[in-house]
Amino acid sequence: MNIVENFDLYAPRLINKKELLSAGHRACQGCGEVLAVRLMCKALGENTVIASATGCMEIISSMYPTTAWEVPWIHVAFENAAAVAAGVEAGLKGLRKKGKIDDRYIKVVGMAGDGGTMDIGLQALSGAMERGHDMLFVCFDNEAYMNTGIQRSSGTPMGASTTTAPAGKISSGQKTWKKNMAEIMVAHSVPYVATACPSYPLDFIRKVEKAKATKGPSYIHCFSVCPTGWRCGSHLAIAMGRLAVESGVFPLYEVENGKYKVSSEMPKKLKPVKDYFKGQGRFRHLGEAEIQVIQHKVESEYQKILDKVKYLKAWD
Amino acid sequence: MAKRVGMEVAVAVAEAVGQCDIDMAAVYPITPQSHIAEHLSDLVADGKIDAEFVTVESEHSAMSAVIGASGTGARVYTATSSQGLMLMHELLPIASGMRLPIVMGIANRAVSGPLNILNDHSDIMPQRDSGWISLFVENGQEAIDLSIQAFKIAEHKDVLLPVCVNIDGFQLTHMVEPLEFPDQELVNKFLPPRVPYATLHPSKPVTMGAFAMSDYFTEMMKAKDEALKNSKKVIIDIWDEWARMFGRAYKPVETYKAEDAEILMLTMGSMGETAEVAIDALRAKGVSAGLIKLRLWRPFPFEEIRAAAKNAKKLIVTDRAVSFGGPGGPVFSEIKSALYHEAHRPAIYNYIIGLGGRDVTVKDFIGMVEKVIPYNAEKTVDTYEFWGVRE
Ligand SMILES: Cc1ncc(C[n+]2csc(CCOP(=O)(O)OP(=O)(O)O)c2C)c(N)n1
Ligand code: SF4
Ligand SMILES: [Mg+2]
Repeated sequence: MNIVENFDLYAPRLINKKELLSAGHRACQGCGEVLAVRLMCKALGENTVIASATGCMEIISSMYPTTAWEVPWIHVAFENAAAVAAGVEAGLKGLRKKGKIDDRYIKVVGMAGDGGTMDIGLQALSGAMERGHDMLFVCFDNEAYMNTGIQRSSGTPMGASTTTAPAGKISSGQKTWKKNMAEIMVAHSVPYVATACPSYPLDFIRKVEKAKATKGPSYIHCFSVCPTGWRCGSHLAIAMGRLAVESGVFPLYEVENGKYKVSSEMPKKLKPVKDYFKGQGRFRHLGEAEIQVIQHKVESEYQKILDKVKYLKAWD
Repeated sequence: MAKRVGMEVAVAVAEAVGQCDIDMAAVYPITPQSHIAEHLSDLVADGKIDAEFVTVESEHSAMSAVIGASGTGARVYTATSSQGLMLMHELLPIASGMRLPIVMGIANRAVSGPLNILNDHSDIMPQRDSGWISLFVENGQEAIDLSIQAFKIAEHKDVLLPVCVNIDGFQLTHMVEPLEFPDQELVNKFLPPRVPYATLHPSKPVTMGAFAMSDYFTEMMKAKDEALKNSKKVIIDIWDEWARMFGRAYKPVETYKAEDAEILMLTMGSMGETAEVAIDALRAKGVSAGLIKLRLWRPFPFEEIRAAAKNAKKLIVTDRAVSFGGPGGPVFSEIKSALYHEAHRPAIYNYIIGLGGRDVTVKDFIGMVEKVIPYNAEKTVDTYEFWGVRE
């Protein structure tokens, strides 16, 4: 049974109807990132405090004197969402222990873009995860610094054209492979690590719920399509996310206490990377040979994950 | 009456913070702050403080974490020095802009480069305009008292601002002094639990740290400026209350033999006591000298400075930091602008002293006063001098 195909039928029963990120925010039309944040909030529910990094999601949601947030929310700076979340967690824990606030469990969540997670925010995140705070951190990865105008990050994929790694007469855009952030979190022995994409809403929601139920740190890397920065149609966010997953460019998997599991959404046979590249202006300049190099890398990276599933299971 | 004990000042600061029912602390070690951090950890490890103690991976995260925790309504503390404070710099105006009570101890130390671990005020001076209340202590007892008072000031409903307590590194933090700890029951009475304005709690969701453009930003800056200026009254009230309860009085500006002095000297921090000895020696020689000690750096006590300097002919301002390429030391600039509109104002001289831990002795202070004696007070001297520098 394919739940996603019958989404309209199942969604009302499976998804929290309450909107905790309200309408009227200033995200671009068709933004995949804000859709992901909205779904995350639904999965988290009301007993949540969010610490957000500077970036698109902060700017579009909190224009003073308005706010889109129906959950307690704090923004401090760009590189420190994980440290702020850690402080919130410690503060709530201290107050609760002493009976200074009511005795209810509150999930603390840090969130940032790929820049706020993988580049400037990596140290704070590493520290928070290593210290074992009871918090979830979600990276909303739209593969560039979108808020400041589509500059490259370490999450920008090879070959993508951005404003600081543009395609030009002697350049094919990004010259480096995307940093494997989920693996860095796995290396921290975080009990729950997952990759997700709002194009698969039920899978994403289930993963957030799992992270919420995890005592201690957890991490979700959420692939978030940005039509503005990727130069694709604003009606294509869901389709692009699907293609990224179906081509293996962004595989969906979970790592629970070191055990890898590929999500059921992953196809048996991957679609060609070129199908995914086709609709996006940021890859338009790539030639056949360049796409082949990327195709090869995508396949070998995906194989690594499949191998981890297999061989780690063999150690049970 | 509380009994006196001999204790290292950094350790005593941690003990004093431990008397304040803090809920959370986040610290990152740096010399000469580290004894505060270490002793706080001891107190938590021994169950003497019931607080979450977060050993963050940097000072940037220390400040971020206490901001987050203060947002939940917790009473929070951190401490740092020098490079650590510079690393926090980005977050300091955010903390004050969010009107979050936070108390930070600063074991003042020179900033690099070159690297130097010893005392001066070059770490706090670049933080001057960050919207924090900034206090300077002169000795260990003041370090204890002001560390406790700082929570009450920061959390006061008419203030709601972060407070830093500047304690000269090594020269003060590492001294063993006879100290008196206030009685715990009295501290509890003086410092009741924090009553936060708004908190990060699902019972009443709030948005903290919203994005504001030109339509609101100026008003927010004005509001912060007014909050800081208005805090002076609260600080003075709290000092009066402290004096009534604990018998030790504090003022924004302290003076020593200043009323009738023709030549005044001004210090900030631990050098005040050395300067007092110099004043006594000068007075014995028949020189009409006196001392102003600046305790409250922000909000700046304009009226008190004017009152203290009103009878003097000459005023020597000492600075333990440099404003490179600027008009002189940062304290000097402030004092000058405080006195600019006065009809009768002293001639003002500026000596940069005690950089990177260089000793400033009684002889040095006497030398500074003797140097300005022959100067014509009517003629303005518009330069500053690095005292005792080898050319
Ligand atoms: C210390 C600091 N450096 C740079 C910036 C400018 N800046 C703000 S948001 C941003 C990029 C955000 O990118 P990302 O984290 O990927 O989030 P996105 O906007 O793409 O969702 C940058 C560079 C800043 N606010 N603070
Ligand atoms: S720039 Fe991209 S990520 Fe940012 S709001 Fe627009 S679509 Fe969303
Ligand atoms: Mg981004």
